[in-house]
Amino acid sequence: MITLFLRRAIKDLIQNRFLNIVTVTTIALSVLIVSAFILFFVNINDMIDSWKKGIRIMAYLKSDSSLIKPGDIEKKIRLMDGVTNTRFIPKLDALIKLQKQMKRQSSLFTTLKENPLPDAFEIRMTRQAVNNKKIEHLAKQIEALPSVDEVEYGQSWIGRYINIIHLFKLTGYALSCLFFIAAIFIVANTIRLVLYSRQEEVEIMRLVGAEDRFIKAPLYIEGLILGALGGIIGMLALYMTFFYISSNMKQHLASGFFDIRFFPHEISCGLILCCMFVGWFGCFLSLRQFWATNKRN
Amino acid sequence: MFGVYKHYGRKKALRDINLDIYEGEFVFVSGPSGAGKSTLLKLLYLGEVVSQGQILVDGVNLSRIFSKRIPFLRRKFGIVFQDYKLISSKTVFDNVALVLEAMGHKRRFIQKKVNSVLRSVGLEDRYNSYPLSLSGGEQQKIAVARAIIGDPKIILADEPTGSLDAKSANIIFELLKRFHRRGGTVIVATHDMELIRRNKGRIFYLDKGFI
Repeated sequence: MITLFLRRAIKDLIQNRFLNIVTVTTIALSVLIVSAFILFFVNINDMIDSWKKGIRIMAYLKSDSSLIKPGDIEKKIRLMDGVTNTRFIPKLDALIKLQKQMKRQSSLFTTLKENPLPDAFEIRMTRQAVNNKKIEHLAKQIEALPSVDEVEYGQSWIGRYINIIHLFKLTGYALSCLFFIAAIFIVANTIRLVLYSRQEEVEIMRLVGAEDRFIKAPLYIEGLILGALGGIIGMLALYMTFFYISSNMKQHLASGFFDIRFFPHEISCGLILCCMFVGWFGCFLSLRQFWATNKRN
Repeated sequence: MFGVYKHYGRKKALRDINLDIYEGEFVFVSGPSGAGKSTLLKLLYLGEVVSQGQILVDGVNLSRIFSKRIPFLRRKFGIVFQDYKLISSKTVFDNVALVLEAMGHKRRFIQKKVNSVLRSVGLEDRYNSYPLSLSGGEQQKIAVARAIIGDPKIILADEPTGSLDAKSANIIFELLKRFHRRGGTVIVATHDMELIRRNKGRIFYLDKGFI
């Protein structure tokens, strides 16, 4: 029976090819837009992760803190929530590093009577702790330690940056939902058009003793096929666009700061399954309405 | 049929119809246009529901049938319409095969049976054609082929020769008579008195909804 339904579904798809091409194109475009957003966020997340790895808090110690052992301060900092790693940078090491960085202005250092740099701690955080509020809280805790003079963590740009990313994410979710709903309604309408164009055929099938499932099953299969085709075409279009853009970008982003990547197979398969659901659900909606208006006597 | 009435709003299409049709009978339902002939046939295959009264078909009370059983009731009938009611987007073969597909028969059986039925109505060379490319007579032959292929107990023919020339009408009627000779019940709704005169069968005359 399933082979028969499948055969009838394929025959019907070919017979109503114009309407079906419109449906597949609509689904493909919706998938292209939604998956482009997902791809964008996957890569943005990668970028955030690589930036998060670079985010650290610098705690500069008071100049008279030489009386306090760095080990004690380090222990206190390590006990704080969200801290993964701490590194003590003695002021002498900091000066040597600075001298290396400022080789051309080496004359500046010869005039120094004493080292102006303080001892410091470089503090790395867990991924979860890298958000504006948690960093701020952690920074305040560290600043409250008696031997800490000043704390620095790029306060302003982190906050603004994270807010922009959140805004992007929200916009992405909203647009994805909109396109998803639009795709469902377009599929439902297209299948409704197909049904109305075949109203007489449905009536004849009923007259010759066809059960409802005999009439409906091929239409559901058509919905699934349309969804799958739309999904695959959309994903292929996205992959080709991605391939073109990424090969161009790689030439400009040769620094290797982060790699842009296509999303994993699981997400691609998930998106195609979503499209199949869209096709099925669109079919379900239109059939429910069609059946209600053409109820069997 | 026992005390059957059918109303369309205020209009009364059938009034107090009482009749028995026996297995293997050839019956004509006659009368002028608008007398209620088509309505009477529609009530039998549940194309319409009665407003009042009871109808029994092969022991099944149509007023008490579950909607899921309606397709199985309809398989007891082969229906022939004046306007043929063929699916124009399907080939002759597919139109006829539809009945067996709906009944869940296997492909090989369907192929054999459709070929044999098309041969019996003289359309074996047209199985790949589309209905609209055929003449009225040929289209009605397909409709008859579709009606008999599921081995129904009863054939309902609503003005089967109404839009055909005399020669084609005779061929169609011969096919119905052949079905009857094999033991089937045939109910023909027609206003063609000449056709009734030329053929044997019990006649019910309908006028303004009364028998």
